[in-house]
Amino acid sequence: MQRIGVFVCHCGTNIAATVDVKAVAEALSHEQGVVISQDYQYMCSESGQDLIKNAVKEHKLTGVVVCSCSPRMHENTFRKAAASAGLNPYLVEIANIREQCSWIHKDIASATDKAIILGKAAVAKVNLNTPLTAGESPVVKRALVIGGGIAGIQTALDIAEAGFDVDIVEKEPTIGGKMAQIDKTFPTLDCAACILTPKMVEAAQNEHITIHSFSEVSAVKGFVGNFTVTIKKKARFVDETKCTGCGLCTEKCPMKKVPNEFNMGLDNRTAVYIPFAQAVPKVATIDPNYCLMLKNGKCGVCSKVCSVGAIDYKQTDKFIEQKYGAIVVATGFNPIKLDKYDEFAYSYCPDVVTSLELERLMNAAGPNGGTLLRPSDKTHPHTIVFVQCVGSRCDDSKGKQYCSKICCMYTAKHAMLIREKYPDTEVYVFYIDVRTPGKNFDEFYRRAVEQYNVHYIKGMVGKVSPKADGKIDVQASDLLSNEQLHINADMVVLATAIEPDKSARPLATMLTTQMDTNDFFTEAHPKLRPVESATAGIFLSGACQGPKDIPETVAQASAAAAKAIGLLCKNSITCNPCVAHSNELMCNGCSACEKVCPYGAITYQDKEFRMPDRTTAIRRVASVNPAVCQGCGACTVACPSGAMDLNGFSNSQIMAEVDAICK
Amino acid sequence: MQEAMIKRAKELLADGTVNRVIGWKKGEFFYDATPAVFRTAEELDRQFIFDDFTQANVSKYLVKESRKDGKILAFLKPCDTYSFNQLVKEHRIIRENVYVVGVPGGPKLDIEKIKAKGITGVLSVKNENYTLKIETLYGTEEMPFYEAISGKCESCKSKKHVAYDELIGEDGEVLESNRFDMVEKLENMTAEERFNFWQNELSKCIRCNACRNVCPACTCENCVFDNPKSGVDNKAPADSFEEKMFHIIRAFHVAGRCTDCGECSRVCPQNIPLHLLNRKFIKDINSLYGEYQAGADTTTKAPLNDYNTDDCEPSIVHERGVE
Repeated sequence: MQRIGVFVCHCGTNIAATVDVKAVAEALSHEQGVVISQDYQYMCSESGQDLIKNAVKEHKLTGVVVCSCSPRMHENTFRKAAASAGLNPYLVEIANIREQCSWIHKDIASATDKAIILGKAAVAKVNLNTPLTAGESPVVKRALVIGGGIAGIQTALDIAEAGFDVDIVEKEPTIGGKMAQIDKTFPTLDCAACILTPKMVEAAQNEHITIHSFSEVSAVKGFVGNFTVTIKKKARFVDETKCTGCGLCTEKCPMKKVPNEFNMGLDNRTAVYIPFAQAVPKVATIDPNYCLMLKNGKCGVCSKVCSVGAIDYKQTDKFIEQKYGAIVVATGFNPIKLDKYDEFAYSYCPDVVTSLELERLMNAAGPNGGTLLRPSDKTHPHTIVFVQCVGSRCDDSKGKQYCSKICCMYTAKHAMLIREKYPDTEVYVFYIDVRTPGKNFDEFYRRAVEQYNVHYIKGMVGKVSPKADGKIDVQASDLLSNEQLHINADMVVLATAIEPDKSARPLATMLTTQMDTNDFFTEAHPKLRPVESATAGIFLSGACQGPKDIPETVAQASAAAAKAIGLLCKNSITCNPCVAHSNELMCNGCSACEKVCPYGAITYQDKEFRMPDRTTAIRRVASVNPAVCQGCGACTVACPSGAMDLNGFSNSQIMAEVDAICK
Repeated sequence: MQEAMIKRAKELLADGTVNRVIGWKKGEFFYDATPAVFRTAEELDRQFIFDDFTQANVSKYLVKESRKDGKILAFLKPCDTYSFNQLVKEHRIIRENVYVVGVPGGPKLDIEKIKAKGITGVLSVKNENYTLKIETLYGTEEMPFYEAISGKCESCKSKKHVAYDELIGEDGEVLESNRFDMVEKLENMTAEERFNFWQNELSKCIRCNACRNVCPACTCENCVFDNPKSGVDNKAPADSFEEKMFHIIRAFHVAGRCTDCGECSRVCPQNIPLHLLNRKFIKDINSLYGEYQAGADTTTKAPLNDYNTDDCEPSIVHERGVE
């Protein structure tokens, strides 16, 4: 016979203002098995917990229902309270009458009715609860960082600093990411390479860090503490262990007309290339789309000039498998494509560039050696127009709804640097709003306006039209003086919106983590768990979670590292006891569950059974590895015979809940 | 054909390849062809038949038979091989213990369609140039062959054997069938018309369980409708339409696994077109996840047991369900 206690929380007025908590307690006191039903102002408070503990002892409770907030908030609190009073913690059920009831309803009568129904469902479920015991599983003391930009590098360095092995997987031939392409950094205007490359070198030299450059994650299995990851090392046709990075092959390569992606296609590179001077690892890579040897089998110059014999045209993609305890995602961002923005003439006017292209044009290692020249005729521009929010804060389908966050500051930086270096150049910035919150950020922007006389104009650019004389007509409106403007510009720079890297979505699927509609990874809690994903053991670092500048990225990268270290420090973690199991007498051995299991937790064995007619038969039946099972329940749905069931969420419990709701 | 099959079966029994044969024998009447297991050449000579009425799909029997000692010879028509493959895929049939001989398929005849013409006391039926010569107790009758063919053969999906160790006769091709025409018709009805259609059909159900017992996709060790713990076993219906739940649940249970063999409707004593429920699922799976034929092979992942990043979003599935 069940002896169930029901505890209804007021949550101050959060619940009590829209739900008649006394009526809920009274109604639930008549449910099957309920021996005590009480309400209290704050169940999560110490005295509220004592109420539960005392009731468990006094009434010898076999089950507890707490009608309160979401189980994500206080389920653990109440489970621990019950456990301290000697009740198995998995005999506690939460009826969420706050997020799913009081907060979303206004009418007291109907909200009270609903709270009673939710409570009844929880009572029906707890009537069928069984005590569960959590097991433990070991933690592999190694972390994987996906993405080798500043976020990934910082996370890896911090994890390595704590003494754990960490691997960086970077899809490009070198680590460094977007920061390596940036010229100067705001608000201090120090050179990006000068502060990034020491970190890149540190990562390469750290004995705990292994860098898999030109590699991708191709499969992820397992769960927190015990992931098995397959890494695809793409064929670079150069033996990494032999190449010294001397660069002779890149000098001699006859195929010199390959768009240089590091310089945003503003100049060319060779088919065998090292992306930039400070690349880590400093190893050449052959681009199979352009290499004459790989395409036509005729050339082989690089192989002849390489003194260490590192060139290997027969290299193929290699797959390595490694176990990890924690995974940090740091896949970063890219500027959006501008093919939908014909009004800015980007696709056909070479002197209309994106901000990232401008970084390269101004960089000493860029196509012009650091002198700002128009891409079209290599002349010095005298009037430059910056357009902010290109693709950001859009309410149409062309761009992104969100603010890309970094553009206001880097545009101020660009304007300031140009005015500093070329005082004869007039700079106009068209903006919707200037958003500069951040330490020393607003001061920075005001310096651009006040000290450097950058012309900030509130208003959007309507049309950019290249003219026959090589100038560009920029048509815009000045919203403050309510005027239409025509600016005769030499260059136009578009502050292009940023979006998550395209590799993020397939990766999210592999990691079974969540993304928002913009493909940014979703954090476990927007305020309280900002660097964890909802999937245990997967952490988020940098712009893959949302637009961020460098200081913020580094801060988050270190935070993610701290979370990963916290996990790796443990020798074992407590498993979730709510795992699946198969009823072998009902199992058909059809493999449906095995096919849908995302964790590979299900295997089959041939077992001998006594059949009803007193014969014995060998039958193929499923068995679940409870250490691997994460309790997602996919198998219970796929099982055609109903043999699979989930501890704590059994089919009969769910049916009982539905029945209680429909009664 | 029957002689060739008996001859081959005897050879395989004699050389020890198999120790028994599954095929068909006459039932109470000659047209009640019933699956049967034969152990000797003598039994084969005496009882084995293969004629216009051997419609039954013997694949399901192999779930049990393939677990017995020794190999069994199974004569499978093209449609039966799909069920066979599906059961092999689900590890229900142990493939090594079955020697499959592919035999030509239909069209087979449905005695009920002959009786519907008012022809009773049927003694024998002969197909002469697509005219049936029917000997009855009351004299000879005639009717066009195509008016008597079985419902499941009318919309034959394939004459190709998808699993066999050897063939007797020629193999055919996968056919363009009209099997989804009636489903489309139902889809084009209003919700009320459709409800009325199914209420009319399913209210006839007497819950004899024949459809489940014959269905090659229904091979659970312990069927939910027989399981005392499920809470629905042996439940008396509260009204004449309650058996809809049985059929809907069964259709869900076999969704993605049903090969559309048509046995459910063939055996229904109330002539309920049960196969339409399954065909609706097949049609939806085809349109939502790409063409898929259960049982066409033993390796392709079933759409409902598989996830691809280009699978349609649940909202699309949901929207389609809304009137």
